Amino acid sequence: MVARHAMLIEDEPNIAEAIRFLLRRDGWEVTTLGDGGVAEARVREQRPDLVILDLMLPGRSGIEILEALRATPDTAGLPVMMLTAKGQGRDREAAERAGADLFMAKPFSNAEFVAAARSLIRA
Amino acid sequence: MPFNLLVLACVTYVAFLFLVAFVVERKAARGAARWLRSPVVYTLSLSIYCTAWTFYGAVGYAARSGLEFLTIYLGPTLVFIGWWWILRKLVHIGRQQRVTSIADMISSRYGKSNLLGVIVTVICVFAATPYIALQLQSVTLSFGVFAAAGTYGWAMPDTNSTALWVAAGLTLFTILFGTRNLDANEQHTGVVTAIAVEAVVKLLALLAVGIFVVWFVASGPADIVARIHASSISDWELVPSRWAGFTLLSGAAVITLPRMFQVLVVENSDERHLATASWAFPLYLLAMSLFVVPIAVVGLEVMPTGANPDLFVLTLPLSQGQGALAMLAFLGGFSSATSMVIVASIALATMVSNHVVMPLWLSLRPAQSVSGDVRRLVLLSRRLSIAGVLGLGYLYYSLSGGSSALAAIGLISFVGVAQMLPAMLGGIFWRGATRNGAIWGLGIGFAVWVYALFLPSFGPGAALPIDVFMQGPFGLDWLRPYALFGVQGMDPMIHALFWSLTLNTTAFTLGSLFSFPGPVERVQGLAFVNVFDTERAEPQGWVQGRAEPEALLVMAQRILGDEAALAFFEAQAQAQGKAGYLPDPVPEFLDALERRLASSVGAATAHAMITELAGRARVTVADLMRMAGETAQIMEYSSQLESQREELTRTARQLRDANEKLTQLSVQKDAFLSQISHELRTPMTSIRAFSEIMMEGDMPPEMAANYARIINEEAIRLTRLLDDLLDLGVLENGTVQLNLKLANLSELIERSLRAASHTRPERSFTIQRDLPAEQIFLRTDPDRLCQVLINLISNARKYCDSAQPELRLVVRQRGARVIIDVIDNGTGIPRDKQSLIFEKFARLTDQMRAGGAGLGLAICREIMVNLGGSVSYLPGQGGAAFRVTLPLRLEKSPHERAA
Repeated sequence: MVARHAMLIEDEPNIAEAIRFLLRRDGWEVTTLGDGGVAEARVREQRPDLVILDLMLPGRSGIEILEALRATPDTAGLPVMMLTAKGQGRDREAAERAGADLFMAKPFSNAEFVAAARSLIRA
Repeated sequence: MPFNLLVLACVTYVAFLFLVAFVVERKAARGAARWLRSPVVYTLSLSIYCTAWTFYGAVGYAARSGLEFLTIYLGPTLVFIGWWWILRKLVHIGRQQRVTSIADMISSRYGKSNLLGVIVTVICVFAATPYIALQLQSVTLSFGVFAAAGTYGWAMPDTNSTALWVAAGLTLFTILFGTRNLDANEQHTGVVTAIAVEAVVKLLALLAVGIFVVWFVASGPADIVARIHASSISDWELVPSRWAGFTLLSGAAVITLPRMFQVLVVENSDERHLATASWAFPLYLLAMSLFVVPIAVVGLEVMPTGANPDLFVLTLPLSQGQGALAMLAFLGGFSSATSMVIVASIALATMVSNHVVMPLWLSLRPAQSVSGDVRRLVLLSRRLSIAGVLGLGYLYYSLSGGSSALAAIGLISFVGVAQMLPAMLGGIFWRGATRNGAIWGLGIGFAVWVYALFLPSFGPGAALPIDVFMQGPFGLDWLRPYALFGVQGMDPMIHALFWSLTLNTTAFTLGSLFSFPGPVERVQGLAFVNVFDTERAEPQGWVQGRAEPEALLVMAQRILGDEAALAFFEAQAQAQGKAGYLPDPVPEFLDALERRLASSVGAATAHAMITELAGRARVTVADLMRMAGETAQIMEYSSQLESQREELTRTARQLRDANEKLTQLSVQKDAFLSQISHELRTPMTSIRAFSEIMMEGDMPPEMAANYARIINEEAIRLTRLLDDLLDLGVLENGTVQLNLKLANLSELIERSLRAASHTRPERSFTIQRDLPAEQIFLRTDPDRLCQVLINLISNARKYCDSAQPELRLVVRQRGARVIIDVIDNGTGIPRDKQSLIFEKFARLTDQMRAGGAGLGLAICREIMVNLGGSVSYLPGQGGAAFRVTLPLRLEKSPHERAA
């Protein structure tokens, strides 16, 4: 079986490190990006199976990237998981409106996170 | 007396005056010179009316024409006793309109016409030239007296080069003191005080010689009275026409001479001083004339026939072997000459630069009025003008041969400046006086003066051919310079005075009656004539909203200097109820700004510069209404309504501002909670994830160590955030412990720059500092101050978006406060955000993007409050600019002091 490819867009290096560890242990191939500005282009270029997007990013916000991805047919159906540290209802609504498949508040439990990632691929 | 000793005495004396002026300027700069602005100093400075002409020449005049010399004092005495009518009004107008010279006053009255400014300037330069020559001549003559008396020491150079040296020395002194101020402000406290000192010296010198003559040469007052009866002076008979003419002339001169106008009006710091001067100045004149006749009588008796009576003050003590007394008399004469030349050349240079050089330069390069460095130009043109004026004086001296009697030259000047009298008095008493009338009057009066008095003064055949004197030009008999219109047998001086003033006044009156004043002229005419009624004249018809406040600020900075312009704009903004912003370009503000600029460059130029930026409406209904004096009551009522309306508008604006701020704050409060949540959850995420990973066990020890390190790092980050929040809390409550000690500001800045360089280390900034200015020892909490500076510098490093980023650190000391400006060259902070940046969690970048926690400036503000100072945003600096103000010596924390 070809390794599932996840692209992680997260500017906090330590959180990125943790997620990478968790997903690799679960058998994923993980690419990480720290800047929002180049994220959309990378996604289009590398075609990952799952995109994990942080809400607050330098360069370009997670919501904007998500809206751009949903706007073209070839990436409209790409599974996207949204992460946020604010944990407020408003942010969740904004993410869902923009077309996020799943919304995860920081901090999260490792098991829940991995399960959520798997569920998005299967669905 | 040896000539070199004499030169040494002069140089020492001038150096002493220099020191006086210097010390006074420094005291005045520190605001500690209140006593220097007393009525006594004001009165003494008026004594530049008594020049070397009075000092030496009055005795000569008395020896030649008896008591007629008194007319020269009588005119001013009458003018000062009647100060309530003319002088009070002149000084009041001068202060209200911030007049810089007599040319400025006349130009301002007649619609800020620069043509009039130029005409008056030309008249003044022409009239003052013989007068300055006269001072050079008297100093040269008095040098000659000493040089002839002693044969050892240096030989005296020929008189011409002595005059040249004197002129050069005076130029240097005047430039050093008259144009030292970078503010180009019209008041010269130092010079005025030096002149007051000279006034004392010349009075003492003349009194000393007089006392010596009465009690030591003669044997007391009774003997003197007997000698006067015996001398030829008692044969003198009063000529009514000369007596009345010269009294009028000297009365006119005391208000129209540029140098008198300078000390009387421009340098006046308090109108109440005039009340003192009204009796003290005539008293001074009386003291100056007390011993004139005794000295003249004894001189005629004792001195050999043929001795120059103009020099009796000097030669009489010398002939009696009183070297020291003669030396004092010499210094008295020297004082009289130098003080006159200094003030006259400052006054003339101001006129030349404001009315000739500046308008010329502005019309050649109009764009530069906004971007060029006007202040440097103003100072340069003044310096050159001073040199030019003294150069002309020297030229006249060497051309006229320095031979005519002192009194004659002085009177020529008097008649010249008297030509300004009709335009000036008409301007302040007659609303019907117009610009055209003034131009015609001044032009004709000046022409008659040049033709009938000035040119003939060079002697027959020198400037005018002898034929013209005898037969008139082109054989026109009625145009002979000394017998205009066939009027023969008059004294030439009275003849010229009579015809020039008569024709001048007639032309002025007729010209005014037959011409129509323009709108600006009407407004100014009303403001001048009714100066005591219209304390707050309505603003002129500026078109609102045409001028950008930023452009106005830039222009004002070029002329007034950064500091003064900014202070002025801040005060105006405060008055408009919008402190912290630039003021709105409402008509009141433009008017105030024009008046402030006029005090540096003159009314006409200031008016032109503001019009350039703001544009002006033509005659408005308000203008016309103001012209009709009868509707004053209606006006009063409507102006009350107006001011109430203004008040309401201002209150409404303040309410709107407050409301806007509250709404924004409420949005911020939500953002604050969300922000706190974000800042706490981010490190928590790493900690939770890695601790869970480690709880599962079963991993290589180096990996475990690495993850433990991450957990530790994030825990520290959490602690730091909590520390910041607590710090802010402590600072806001005022329970902070300050660690006060002495610290060198330069070292603190160095430390802050080094610490801040860790922020975005890849960016290289050009840093401008002024190390000497930074050498200030502060008593404050150095660590806290550094914290603020580091924050401001780091912000600049983070947010300055220029391709060649620059950082300027400007340090200034203002009294007991220190100002530190941190300025970058980026786009700065948009106006609508300027009031928010010091709030907690305010970040200028979009809320959805990551950045700092937004506590930095809030902490800075609280620290500065605790250090007894403030930090604020400085608008209009061409980049983001922050101003930190703090006390030089903080004794206790403000909260402790309050407790």
